[in-house]
Order: sequence, then structure tokens, then C-alpha cells
Amino acid sequence: MIDILIDVFSWVLLILGGVCVLIGGIGGLRLPNFYTRIHAASLTDTMGAILIFVGMMLQSGLTLATLKLFAIMLFLLLTGPTATYALANAALLSGLKPDTGSNHDEVEKEEPAE
Amino acid sequence: MYIVVSIAILATMVLALTRALMGPSVYDRVLAANVFGTKTVMLLSVTAFLYGRPDFLDLALAYALVNMVGILAVLEFFQKRSRRKAELEDD
Repeated sequence: MIDILIDVFSWVLLILGGVCVLIGGIGGLRLPNFYTRIHAASLTDTMGAILIFVGMMLQSGLTLATLKLFAIMLFLLLTGPTATYALANAALLSGLKPDTGSNHDEVEKEEPAE
Repeated sequence: MYIVVSIAILATMVLALTRALMGPSVYDRVLAANVFGTKTVMLLSVTAFLYGRPDFLDLALAYALVNMVGILAVLEFFQKRSRRKAELEDD
């Protein structure tokens, strides 16, 4: 009985993680400017990674694979936000201004013919 | 079920590649490359469970380390370059 419950719970976590990853990917493609795209990309790095790895940990039980999965998850959680912070910092220092309005600046620049 | 998750991750990798090819600024491309690397780690881990081969987890761990160092090196390069350009404009 408890096995079935753990199974169902881990499948739910895995599917939710897949949905989070997909939402982050679509957001990274569709959002209007760079700083909003960072927001979408960091969703896949943290929420999607946590859900998928916890789901796989529940599937594998108490084995060496769980330890390795935990190490990978810990590493992703430490490095993902660090890399995102360094990226935003570098972009800000190089003079890429955050937009305060809903300004589709790049789109207008890319399509001057219309 | 693992196949659904791996398809979702693969679709996200395609979207990130599209953004890396389109991306107006350098930082968009670096962000997309970062997302692509993280998704590779997750795809390797899911593949390990999909085919029942736990060796793939070691590959995922090694790839996570390499990806982190690569992204930080690229960022350091572009940050230094933009700082040098700003100093040249000041002079």
C-alpha cells in the first residue's frame, strides 16, 4: 500500500517538474526582454530541478543512486542561482538597462521594414 | 512516465537553442546556453532511470561541474570586456 502511494507521489512530482521545465522554456523564448527571460530560465533551474530530482529519489529508494541524485540536485541548486546572479550582474554592468514599462524594444529594432 | 519528462526536457532544450540563435544580446545567448547545460544534466539523470543504467548519473555530475565552470568563465570574459570598453570611453 505504502509502495503504491510513494509511486504515485513520485510520478506526480516528475510530471509537475516536466511542466515547470516546459513553462520555463516557453517563457525564455516568449518574454519581451532580457531581465524577464532570466526570471523564466531560473524557474527551470530551481523548481523544475527540485521536483524532478525528488521524484527520482523517491523512485530509487535508499541506494547509492539516491545519494548521487542528491549530490547533483545540491550542486544544481548552488550553481544555478549563482550563474544567474553573475549573468544579471554582467548584463547590468555592461549597460543593458532593465525596462520598467512593457517595452518590446528588440522586436521593433529587428523589424524595421514594417 | 520517464519518457514524458524527457520529452518535456528535450522540448525545452529546443526552445533554449532557438533563443540562443535569435538572442539579440550576448547575455541572452549565455542565458540560453546555461539553460541548455542544466537541461542536459537533468536529461542525463532521467535517461539513467529510463534505461535502468545508474552509471549515467556520474556523467550528469561531471557535466554539471564542467557547465558551471564554463558559464562563469564566459561571463568573466564579457564583464571584463565591457568594463574595459567603458574605461576607454571615459578617457
